[in-house]
Amino acid sequence: MLNDLSFYALAALAVAAAVAAMTLRQLIHCALCAAGAFAGLAGIYFQLGAEFVGAAQVLVYVGAVAILIIFAVLLTRGGDVQLSARRFSTHWLAGVAVSILVLGSLAVPIFKSPSLRALAPAGVSASVKNIGYELMSGCVVPLEATGLLLTAALLGSVVIAMSEKPAARPRRDVNTPRRPELEEATHP
Amino acid sequence: MNALDQVFVNLQGWLVGLAPAGLRALAAMVLIIAGLMAVFGSCFALTTVMERKALGRMQNRYGPNRVGPCGLFQPLADAVKMLIKEDVVPFSADRVVHFLAPLVLTVPIWLAFSLLPFGRNMTAVNLDAGVLVFFAIGSASELAVFMAGWSSQNKYSLIGAMRAIAQMISYEVPLVLSVVPVVMLAGALSLEQIVQAQAGYAFGFLPRWNVLTPWGMVGLGLFLTAATAESNRSPFDLPEGESEIIAGYLTEYSGFKYALFFLGEYLGLFAITGLAVTLFLGGWQAPLPWLAWLPSWFWFALKFAALMAVFIWVRGALPRLRLDQRLNFSWKFLVPLALVNILAAALWHLSRQWNPIFAAAGARWLLGLAIIFPTYVWLGRTVNPLFVPVREYSYAE
Repeated sequence: MLNDLSFYALAALAVAAAVAAMTLRQLIHCALCAAGAFAGLAGIYFQLGAEFVGAAQVLVYVGAVAILIIFAVLLTRGGDVQLSARRFSTHWLAGVAVSILVLGSLAVPIFKSPSLRALAPAGVSASVKNIGYELMSGCVVPLEATGLLLTAALLGSVVIAMSEKPAARPRRDVNTPRRPELEEATHP
Repeated sequence: MNALDQVFVNLQGWLVGLAPAGLRALAAMVLIIAGLMAVFGSCFALTTVMERKALGRMQNRYGPNRVGPCGLFQPLADAVKMLIKEDVVPFSADRVVHFLAPLVLTVPIWLAFSLLPFGRNMTAVNLDAGVLVFFAIGSASELAVFMAGWSSQNKYSLIGAMRAIAQMISYEVPLVLSVVPVVMLAGALSLEQIVQAQAGYAFGFLPRWNVLTPWGMVGLGLFLTAATAESNRSPFDLPEGESEIIAGYLTEYSGFKYALFFLGEYLGLFAITGLAVTLFLGGWQAPLPWLAWLPSWFWFALKFAALMAVFIWVRGALPRLRLDQRLNFSWKFLVPLALVNILAAALWHLSRQWNPIFAAAGARWLLGLAIIFPTYVWLGRTVNPLFVPVREYSYAE
């Protein structure tokens, strides 16, 4: 009874927040509601006993992705723009068609996949230890490849952030001291 | 001895037994939740008054001493004051988000307390991925701070929120990295197993706590530094630096919502202090074998109080950092040191199987120090303004 109750509460939170994220007008509100939907999903993972997945969901989606979305909205000035009175796009037919196509192209391979028909191996728990062994034995190549990709992305973002235009300020002569106040202190 | 050690566990079992059979599961949960809220709620009240008194002494004044004996009832007076204050919401504020922000900050932190082992058999929820879940809970506070800063529609609030988020994201990296060696050597993410891994005594009297290894000592230092920043305390209290941006994201909050923010910040500090005790200071283990007759929860509380005293001391002793200093300190000093610390921990673990010379604890200690100390000195020079030229700003002049 208690379990059902918490499931319905979490499911209601996730669905309501997802609907709100689509329909609200203020973009920041949408982003916050999306974070709420992520949190609701994480709660359902916890309820199913998948603690690792739940914790990863909160860490990655609520902690990082939501903040990223909010920063994107703020930096692109989307937060200032009030949407017009019309809440739904006039091209809703095209939108429905595209979303059905996307759903189909995702759902068909999933339902055709042989791993869906294979029974879950009995006696294997999704403990953190097992996930770790699995990652470091069977999936070690993809794991390392992901690590390499993320490192490359990190370095790339640093390079982009570092490129300051040299013409923005006059170049300082190499011989002049960088900190005149220190120079004065040593040569009174 | 055992009865005193298990007094809270037995009390809970007895009280649950009084409930009707159908409601026992619910009663057990409610009892734990009520217990945690009562203990840490009063801990919050006590800490505010102790902190004000300690800071007062450090600043050569008395601190609160009017309400009750030695000013101990000051928190009650403060609570009444906060409750009856007018709740001012700015006209242009986003009312819903403005209302939700203190709740989003305060509510998830209570979850973190359910993961901590406060004593033998005194973990509310022993999760397999405990450490991970703890940090996941902590990441919700970034969102709350942003909500507070953005919904106030105030420049200072938004600047404060952005500073806070930059700080929390930067310091989360060394915070988590400093925990990695503990998880590596315990071979578990469960907090109870981490405490068990620190049981026992070397040479019959030296506890096998993580803090008494070279990587654990550095790890605790890194962890406490990052924890200070995560909970926005001085010297990392730039997000609410009152001399620059009034009170940061708290500027437009008053009355009980402000008190909730205050509560949330302190609860976050308590939770992270409890985690530090669990990870590095042996949790509820006694420091000496002949002191093990004292109850386990007493040792946890004592270590917890000692770390809180350190936090208060640091707050009173150190001045506030500048924005760029603070971010440089995290990325150029704490993060590399934490990475080197992981290496030192791995060597500490491997050298256990080396030849008999290394089997002696002293040689392993020196090996750890030989890795960490030169790194510490070298990294310290990279962030010290005496050795590094002052940064030139492209846009700020």
